[in-house]
Amino acid sequence: MNITIVGGGVLAYFISRSLGEKGHRITVINRDPAECTQLARRLKATVVSGNATHPAVLEDAGVRRQHAVIAITSHDEENLLICQLASGMFGVRRVLAMVNDPRSEELFHTLGIPETFSVTTILSSLIEQRASFDSIINLFPAANGALEVAEVLVPDDAPCVGRTLGSLALPASTLIAAILRGADEIVPNGKTTLAAGDRMLVVTRHDSFAEVMTYLTGGVEWTVRQPTRR
Amino acid sequence: MIRAHGVYAVVVGCGRLGLYLASALSESGCSVVVIDIDGSRFRELGAGFSGFTIEGDAVELATLEQSKPEKADIFIATTGSDSVNLMASQIARSIYRVKKVATRIYDPALEPLCRRADLLPISTVTSAAGSVLQALGLQE
Repeated sequence: MNITIVGGGVLAYFISRSLGEKGHRITVINRDPAECTQLARRLKATVVSGNATHPAVLEDAGVRRQHAVIAITSHDEENLLICQLASGMFGVRRVLAMVNDPRSEELFHTLGIPETFSVTTILSSLIEQRASFDSIINLFPAANGALEVAEVLVPDDAPCVGRTLGSLALPASTLIAAILRGADEIVPNGKTTLAAGDRMLVVTRHDSFAEVMTYLTGGVEWTVRQPTRR
Repeated sequence: MIRAHGVYAVVVGCGRLGLYLASALSESGCSVVVIDIDGSRFRELGAGFSGFTIEGDAVELATLEQSKPEKADIFIATTGSDSVNLMASQIARSIYRVKKVATRIYDPALEPLCRRADLLPISTVTSAAGSVLQALGLQE
């Protein structure tokens, strides 16, 4: 396919490179002449220097022969206009716009650009799925970073609610040192039952921290690496 | 003479054109809200201006909402960026159903897009060229 990518920075570079490697013929339009020189050296692509919100620039870049146009500048108004011109004025079949303000995605659809993606939305939903950050109230390292001490809230829907500590399949190096339930401080044993809303003081090895948090809070597997502390 | 008494107008951009329009509309009894990303521009609004100002990016829905565009009779986008003017205007027209939306554009090639989106294109180049030809007696 002939694909035109409008934008700059690492995003435009890597998208162009990966689509180019898949055999597509890539044109990049970027308004900064210096960046264009760089892109032309590093990419096997046609690089056009110009402002793609001008119909004349799009036309000169051969937009009429393109199967797809992808607008990924950091300005939503430019991405909208580029896609509207490409599809409305030049008949490009597929246009894809990056939307920076997540609230504007629906707006783009209303204004005739059905295919959009929002990096902000994608990233925040990934993070929400992977980690129950909300449950971790307090976190500090101990023993030069070998241990993590975390104050963790037991969410209503956590799988550990209603279970005794002894029945939990926690890694051997993990200790639930205290449970704060309302005004009570409980020093738990294996028979203590966890309730929703409990705040646990959890001591765990740094390398099993993610697994323990995922297990206790019911989050989807947490693969975000904690920074290694020395 | 501007006939705009009782009219509610939203003006996007407080540059020379926006400033002129906002002041003139306000002095003629129009309720005016001016939006600009640079709040220091509002200092240029004279004592005759009795409208409201909003500092923010007019293509961000959160900013535009503050101007109550659903109540606007007219919406004028005057910034120096064609793409900002077009996006703000299309939001006003398609989402908030403002009856009259005027969009300043520098690139005359964008006029067809304006008309398709039911916006009134104010093409700076076309109107200036027309004035020049008229002044020189080369055009009616």
